[in-house]
Amino acid sequence: MSDRAKILEVDHVTLRFGGVVALDDVSFDLYEGEILGLIGPNGAGKTTAFNVMTGVYKPTSGQVRFLGTRVTGRKPYEINRMGIARTFQNIRLFPEMTALENVMVGTDSRHKTSVVGALFRIYRVRAKPEELPQVTSTNSLGRAWQQLKRGLAQVFGISRHTLEERAGHAKAMELLRFVGIADRAHEVARNLPYGYQRRLEIARGLGTEPKLLCLDEPAAGFNPAEKEQLLKLIQRIRDKGHTVLLIEHDMRLVMGVTDRVVVLEFGRKIADGTPVEVSSDPRVIAAYLGEPTDAVA
Amino acid sequence: MNAADRLRDIDKRRQGFLNSMSDRWHRLSFGWRLAVILAGVVFVYSLPWLGRYPIGGHNYLVPGLYNLRTDTTPEGSNFPYVLFFCSIYVLIAVGLNVVVGLAGLLDLGYVGFFAIGAYSVALFGAPTSPVVGMLRNQFGLPQGWAVAWAACIPIAIALTMISGVILGWPTLRLRGDYLAIVTLGFGEIIRIVARNSSFTNANRGIFGVPPPPGTSGGEPLFNPGDPIPWYFLAISVTIIFILAVRVLERSRVGRAWLAIREDEDAAEITGVPSFRFKLWAFAIGAALGGASGMLFASRLGFIEPNNFQLNFSILFVSMVVIGGSGNMVGVAVGAILLTYLPERFRPFADWRPFAFGVALVVVMILRPQGLIPSSRRSRELEDRAKEAPANV
Repeated sequence: MSDRAKILEVDHVTLRFGGVVALDDVSFDLYEGEILGLIGPNGAGKTTAFNVMTGVYKPTSGQVRFLGTRVTGRKPYEINRMGIARTFQNIRLFPEMTALENVMVGTDSRHKTSVVGALFRIYRVRAKPEELPQVTSTNSLGRAWQQLKRGLAQVFGISRHTLEERAGHAKAMELLRFVGIADRAHEVARNLPYGYQRRLEIARGLGTEPKLLCLDEPAAGFNPAEKEQLLKLIQRIRDKGHTVLLIEHDMRLVMGVTDRVVVLEFGRKIADGTPVEVSSDPRVIAAYLGEPTDAVA
Repeated sequence: MNAADRLRDIDKRRQGFLNSMSDRWHRLSFGWRLAVILAGVVFVYSLPWLGRYPIGGHNYLVPGLYNLRTDTTPEGSNFPYVLFFCSIYVLIAVGLNVVVGLAGLLDLGYVGFFAIGAYSVALFGAPTSPVVGMLRNQFGLPQGWAVAWAACIPIAIALTMISGVILGWPTLRLRGDYLAIVTLGFGEIIRIVARNSSFTNANRGIFGVPPPPGTSGGEPLFNPGDPIPWYFLAISVTIIFILAVRVLERSRVGRAWLAIREDEDAAEITGVPSFRFKLWAFAIGAALGGASGMLFASRLGFIEPNNFQLNFSILFVSMVVIGGSGNMVGVAVGAILLTYLPERFRPFADWRPFAFGVALVVVMILRPQGLIPSSRRSRELEDRAKEAPANV
């Protein structure tokens, strides 16, 4: 694993909320192209670690570096631009926007059009022949109008805004197909079934073209068949070239899909290794898989 | 069937009707579309003649349209006069809708921007204003000099946008109720500053706010007695701004605003620089309010701080909320209703605040999403109705 480039370094991160130590000197690395599982009992600090990585919380000490640059202290949208996307444990979509619009908010983050650019469309680029407006109308007045538009586009080019809108639309549709929910692209997010919403959140994250995608319990509330599908989806995401960080409760899912596992307990890292190594670690067994009294900790 | 059910039924039919209309619209050929658009424009510009019908020096009312009359003047109708105010209030409602309906930021001090727009044209355009006097002394300009009306447009829009940014920069870090309170204070601050500063002539107000240039037959085109040119000017400005907002609404900017309204944290983590977009929403909303205030001041020719009382802010928010927050057609209808109805029922003018209060309460009970909600909103309410029995 060490021959690959480090993508994310969590370097001695400690986070205190008043007297409560949520994360205690946690360090681990993520390598490019791997799927890392972050596991631990309830309250172990998994989501807190996520929030530190995505800029929601500032660590009390230590830092997080992404591709060698400090993440700590940046705004969430800047961290997103650096290449980190995430989903939420309790789904947080834009409920009154359609599935497609939700993903397009993600794809917008890579676009350059400003507010002024969207309004006045001054920035023009030379159009390729296939990008020009097509003349399709059968009636003469309509043809004349379309020809005029085509001619203007040939002379003045097409605004970058238009091209970006088109590209964003196409890419969002492709992502919806990728996660398997394209059939309800035009439905508002709040109307989608639970499983669709979870996958829509993943598609929205992928829309921002992240190098690292952090999934916070993506399988929560899924039945075994759905979990199986999700597992395959996560592998396909990795095959597309994204690094994946996965928080998960379901040990079977974690063992089946991850390359490496980091185990947290009470804010401390207690193990780090391949799924096989970790699941045979006595401390992990005691803390997580072990006696029922500890399991509810 | 109770009232709420009946309303829901009407909504469903309305949605169905709109959908079929939009299908039909997309199937129309280009020539027909052009014709429909032209007919709409002609209708809007011929509105002033609907309420009165001039024959031989007398104003007659078209019999069927008699009820469109307004009771502003003792002789009866002054419909075009009211239309002017309808269109500048539509402009305001559309501007406030960007802030409240799209970006989801409750702004209770919107009259502040209206006042800044009005005072910009008054302070720079009126020959008697202290600011113009100061400029004249400074640069040795001739007596009677003032900034031309057309040059006041960019000044007014720039000043309101800047004030929007100045208000937004520190306060947009606040959310919800806190933001509402701060903006409420802003509206009052503007009025009180205008009332107490010597450069705004304090309580005496400013006379001689210039009208737009232009003459017809030797007379100034925009004189206080003829409301029709004023209406044409106001409706043209309003249409231009509505088209501009529509373009933004359908671009990435509109999506970013909606995303911020829906879930700001999630939007931020999805790569939306929420602070910047909220600031833009404020600045754009402010620009529309300022343009409206500028028309208002030019029309009246005289402004004073009392023109910008707090209750205007409340009125503007009522227009947006009653009309249907987030939907441009809705807020425009809200603005027209809340401007036209008080003029139509002048004899009951003293009951106006009471009527607004009742209207707000009734709308909140029966139609929390406004009279003409955005299709998103009505879809949402439909779902809730569907899910409600299942949840019990």
